[in-house]
Amino acid sequence: MKEKIRIGCGAGFSGDRLDPSVILAEKGNLDYLVLECLAERTIGLAQKRKLQDPTKGYDPLLERRIESLLPLLMKNKVRLITNMGAANPIAAAQKVIEIALKLDLKVKVAAVNGDDVKDELKMMNHEFTILENNKSLKEYEVISANAYMGIEGILNALKTDADIIITGRVADPSLFLAPMIYAFDWATNDYDLMGKGTVIGHLLECAGHITGGYFADPIKKPVEGMDSLGHPFADVFKDGSAIISKVEGTGGVVNLQTAKEQLLYEVVNPFEYYTPDVIADFTSVKLTEIAENQVFVTGGSGQKKPKTYKVSVGYKAFFMGEGEISYAGQSAFERAELAGNIIEKRLSPLFPPKGDKEKGLRIDYIGLNSVHRTKFDTPSVFPYEIRLRVTGKAQSHERAALIGEEVEALYTNGPAGGGGVRKYVNEVIGIVSTLIDRDTIEPKISIFES
Amino acid sequence: MKKNNPKIPPLETRGLKLYDIAHSRAGDKGNTLTLSLIPYDESNFDMLCATITVEKVKNHLNDIVAGDITRYELPNISSLLFVCQDALLGGVTTSLAMDAHGKTLSYALLEMDI
Repeated sequence: MKEKIRIGCGAGFSGDRLDPSVILAEKGNLDYLVLECLAERTIGLAQKRKLQDPTKGYDPLLERRIESLLPLLMKNKVRLITNMGAANPIAAAQKVIEIALKLDLKVKVAAVNGDDVKDELKMMNHEFTILENNKSLKEYEVISANAYMGIEGILNALKTDADIIITGRVADPSLFLAPMIYAFDWATNDYDLMGKGTVIGHLLECAGHITGGYFADPIKKPVEGMDSLGHPFADVFKDGSAIISKVEGTGGVVNLQTAKEQLLYEVVNPFEYYTPDVIADFTSVKLTEIAENQVFVTGGSGQKKPKTYKVSVGYKAFFMGEGEISYAGQSAFERAELAGNIIEKRLSPLFPPKGDKEKGLRIDYIGLNSVHRTKFDTPSVFPYEIRLRVTGKAQSHERAALIGEEVEALYTNGPAGGGGVRKYVNEVIGIVSTLIDRDTIEPKISIFES
Repeated sequence: MKKNNPKIPPLETRGLKLYDIAHSRAGDKGNTLTLSLIPYDESNFDMLCATITVEKVKNHLNDIVAGDITRYELPNISSLLFVCQDALLGGVTTSLAMDAHGKTLSYALLEMDI
């Protein structure tokens, strides 16, 4: 029985950088490397790719990541756990085998399925309530439905000695908790340990978030070496404590401040952090800086896991039209505002407000109030440059495109000195959630060998 | 370490802001915005608990947060957490906002005068 394992996190979202994971695999002395690559909406987009081509539907960066990582993982005996399977873990596993054969490597891959519950929802006639708004699922045009699964499938895969484990939708902390349970033989109903392991997983799951990414502020929180930001690893001990650190020589920092910010990230109730494995309590977590770039994590606890799985449902929402144009120099804001008013008059009949709450068109002045949606009482010196941004929702691509067309037409039909127009139309997949009984779902493992 | 930056007015010419004594990270869950508030000096935690009330934050974020705000105190890490409902114009997947996640909003909280 092991007393300590080392787990690295080399990706915190689908588009994350590749180099830090290669450094972890090469120099991190890892037992496990985790790549967390699945955001809420990613799986809906992946489902669309799978519909067009049944051999696709896994993470678009999978080939590039696996090609650079596989030789290092095999050489250093690091097992990979990743949710890059997205909507198609089996096709992802087959792709890994294809790459292994090309690189002349002997690899065993386990695909974990079972999260896709689109058919189950349909069989139950879509009699489900949406958590966010209490509406019926029947009102939605469902594209994808995936349950956030827990440790079970990954645990079974770990027992097969697979080198690479590829899942679809799994709760992020479960990717980390599973190898802890496997290595230390923790009982999965020991909710205190499940809580502690979940805290460690939560601290690691966003990769660079705990090494100085989404943190650095040159004035108050300067971080050295941001350009070569390293991703983290944890030395996890059998008692559920851990030391978070990063590979020596990489940029960034692991300290009390980065750990505190990440512990509370996206937490809506620190007393009850819901995962499929445990309802974790973060309020007894203790963080201590024990050396440079080393934070000791102890404490945290938990109570019995929920009886239901959360299901993330992707649905056809709308087409979003978007157009931008810049003004600069004297009267830049006044001209941008004139342009905004012109657009509003030209387009508002086609984009009427929805109820009292939602405007039909959204007009932002980038550089002034576009991201905070307010200016507080800060005495306003109008910036030298202002960029007007107009957005709206439409039920068709053609109608959404009108927004960019009207913004572009400001060149010759609008205020003086407008330039740098960009226009976009995107089909938007919305996400809502519902709950499904645990016993509806059984994780399934498929094994592939090169 | 604080460097002299010509873009930020010196403290003497403006009031103290949360930015000067604390840091924050924004997170999103659906249409809910989470904002941590973490003092650089842990001994300021009690002062923050006493002064940065839900009411004050609600008032400060009036243009941003439409729903209720809950405040959690975490003495174990000397930090506060504000959970703000109905704050992301429908949530990241269907919002028309420029910053649909609300990732920039940590600095909206830190803009608050103390």
